[in-house]
Amino acid sequence: MFTIEFLQQYWWVIIALLGGLLVFLLFVQGANAMIFVAGKNETERQMMVNSTGRKWELTFTTLVTFGGAFFASFPLFYSTSFGGAFWLWVAILITFVFQAVSYEFQNKAGNVIGRNAFRAFLTVNGLLGPFLLGVAVCTFFTGSEFTVDKSALFDVAAPTISTWSNEWHGLEALGNLTNVTFGLAVMFLAICLGLLYLLSNIRSETLERRFRKYLMSTALVFALLFVTATAFILISDGYAVENGRVSLEPYKYWHNLLAMPGTAALFVLGVVLVLTGLFGTAFCKGFRHGIWYAGTGTVTTVMALFFLAGFNGTAYYPSTTDLQSSLTLSNSSSSAFTLTVMTWVSFLIPAVLAYIVYAWRQMDRKPITKNEIENTDLKY
Amino acid sequence: MIEEALIGWSRAQFALTAGYHWLFVPLTLGLAIIMAVMETMWVIKKDEFWKKTAKFWMKLFAINFAVGIATGIILEFEFGTNWSNYSWFVGDIFGAPLAIEGIFAFFMEATFFAVMFFGWDKVSKGFHLTATWLTGIGAAVSAAWILIANGWMQHPVGMEFNPDTVRHEMVDFWAVAGNPSAVSKFFHSVFSGWMTGAVFVIGISCWYLLKKRQVRFAKASIRIASIIGIIGTVAVIFSGDISGVQMGRYQPMKLAAAEGLKDGGQRAPFSIVPGVEIPGMLSILATHDLDGYVPGINDLIDGYTTPEGETFPSVQEKMAQGQAALEAFKIYRENVGINDSIAAVARAQLREHQQYFGYAYLDKPEDAVPSVPVLFWTFRIMVGIGTLLLLVMILVWWFERKNKIERMKWLQWTGLLSIPFVYIAGQAGWMLCEVGRQPWAIQDILPVNAAVTSASVTAVQTTFFIFLAIFTFFLIVELRILIRAIKKGPEGTEQEEQPLN
Repeated sequence: MFTIEFLQQYWWVIIALLGGLLVFLLFVQGANAMIFVAGKNETERQMMVNSTGRKWELTFTTLVTFGGAFFASFPLFYSTSFGGAFWLWVAILITFVFQAVSYEFQNKAGNVIGRNAFRAFLTVNGLLGPFLLGVAVCTFFTGSEFTVDKSALFDVAAPTISTWSNEWHGLEALGNLTNVTFGLAVMFLAICLGLLYLLSNIRSETLERRFRKYLMSTALVFALLFVTATAFILISDGYAVENGRVSLEPYKYWHNLLAMPGTAALFVLGVVLVLTGLFGTAFCKGFRHGIWYAGTGTVTTVMALFFLAGFNGTAYYPSTTDLQSSLTLSNSSSSAFTLTVMTWVSFLIPAVLAYIVYAWRQMDRKPITKNEIENTDLKY
Repeated sequence: MIEEALIGWSRAQFALTAGYHWLFVPLTLGLAIIMAVMETMWVIKKDEFWKKTAKFWMKLFAINFAVGIATGIILEFEFGTNWSNYSWFVGDIFGAPLAIEGIFAFFMEATFFAVMFFGWDKVSKGFHLTATWLTGIGAAVSAAWILIANGWMQHPVGMEFNPDTVRHEMVDFWAVAGNPSAVSKFFHSVFSGWMTGAVFVIGISCWYLLKKRQVRFAKASIRIASIIGIIGTVAVIFSGDISGVQMGRYQPMKLAAAEGLKDGGQRAPFSIVPGVEIPGMLSILATHDLDGYVPGINDLIDGYTTPEGETFPSVQEKMAQGQAALEAFKIYRENVGINDSIAAVARAQLREHQQYFGYAYLDKPEDAVPSVPVLFWTFRIMVGIGTLLLLVMILVWWFERKNKIERMKWLQWTGLLSIPFVYIAGQAGWMLCEVGRQPWAIQDILPVNAAVTSASVTAVQTTFFIFLAIFTFFLIVELRILIRAIKKGPEGTEQEEQPLN
């Protein structure tokens, strides 16, 4: 019914969409990074925690689904990257695991280590989670050290197919300037989105003033980091695939941008929307809906970056140790049958999105106020 | 070279995560139903008492829910971090249920949990009730997909080996989704969750009775929980019986090891504890037939012929076939696209022997036997405790109904002390299931030594202890918070009560 090539591309679009939604939803993390900075007293901090506290499970679920969808559609990535860049992924997991319990535990009697410790976990995850995820995703452009040899299965004593070529197991990605710049850009974007979300969801003059103040500076830092990271990527050598052979091509990602006008348009649109959301909110006092501009822009920009990494004959998970071990959409995907099954499943995603939007609107009709937080038991 | 220690620590790490996960998940599954029923009572009877009762259990549900999520995400990613060969070799089949679980179940839980918890005065009564039910249904749907994945590991179906891509590929989605082994596991696990939720609610309610507090609340909770618990336990018994027959059919070694049955035969006896046997009982359990043939460990190692004349090869022969399959596979890979006639012959040979592919990775026939003492005792602990708990729930239900439970201290104590036992039974059940699958990651297809990531032993050891510390910390905090919340008790349910004497 569908050709394998179509299915692989379709699933790369879904992965890109989930990746984009995930980065958007990292506003939860970004807001948590600001708990101690922007919240000057207990009520303010509670307002912030409770604002994102009603959304964190969506972020978490999107992360899990991003992993699950990658597993189902490109299992060789799952086995190679997670098994190889072991410490990087374990570090990401640990920060998110602490986040998962911290909302519920932070304000409860008997929580052993106290309120501030759990909020500190939220803050640490708020900074490190987006940063490390950014670093991990940037290796899609900068490459990693691994080999893939399916014939290893014949050696019964050592049948491992994917092998990492260094002892750092993922931590080496932190030694690459492009990765780190990209990771920091994602971190600052998350903070910006967090501030935008809080602005749309909380009614408090003092907090609003503070959020806008911090937004101005973080947005500038983000813009600088983002431009630098994008420039690094666009001028770097990329990993081109032709007839199954991978080779290094100068300015590959820049060429991809030129060769795919749709992707270029998506990218520009995203950047414009993000900047509108950020600076519009920072400058215009009455403007509260920046999150929807910046959020939509984040989704399309991230999608465009995924397209640059994987489409137009590009190896999306390159190996710097052995070019031919690099993962491409065609050599790492599931079978046509499985991708077809998953494609039918994906047609139901709009229904899922619809009930999420409905519930979100119902829950966020009234913004959070000081009065609400002080006089209700319906809070974390 | 894959070291034994690496396999051991990788298994330990997965077992640790899964074990902790299963401390939190069954309570989520069970409490979800109980509090949904309570909220339904509120909507029907319009009595605020029921709303307050439901809200109290929801509070405990929420404390427990977060830790289930935290342990769950690690489990999902551990397939990649610790079992990378597995993830490629069967990811084409195994990844799909995990992705579907995320798309359908987790979003449902995440969305409606927030509505249930924060939405009391934000959404309508009807929408709130729907959200509460959908949170519980989401949890059950999640269980369905992860158990489809697990059932497939016990009894792989609906796939074919593809030598070109070097992996198994799905060819029949409905065979995977409707795998009999998955269906029985789903009911067995979800209903054991109902048991856990029921025993938890009964136990805490009994504590209130012992303290002579919250009497109306406690009795109402006991009434609902005991009915749900009894239904759950009966369903657990039926699904367990079906699981037993499936084990005999698909995983005879697991069954033989769980009985410590060295030499099998017809009218195989079942030992309650070593030395106390019921003649013929094992044959009935495993085949639903007194004359049913049940092979023992030695039969399975040495090969055997059933009374009907069906012959099964020895493990040694299976290993030889597995090695032949691997050799043919190698020849195929070397010649495909170069010398197609040789490749075609090799492919035919591979097909002939591939049923026992995984046996090529075993060292010696004894490697095919899982730990007998672990299986023997976990099975008896699970069934023994489960039976006793059914009795407790029936007694609690009956004496609550007769309005006598308030005066029966011994029964209140029994209810309270049952709580740890329902957890022990649940853990024992999963140990039986997963240790019994050894040495296989996927029955007969991929043993754990060929499934593992080639990480350093130190890395896996380190993460084992990191996770152990984190989970134990979470457990301690959760228990402390739960105990505080329980001591404080539900709010506004005590006004209309008279103090008891």
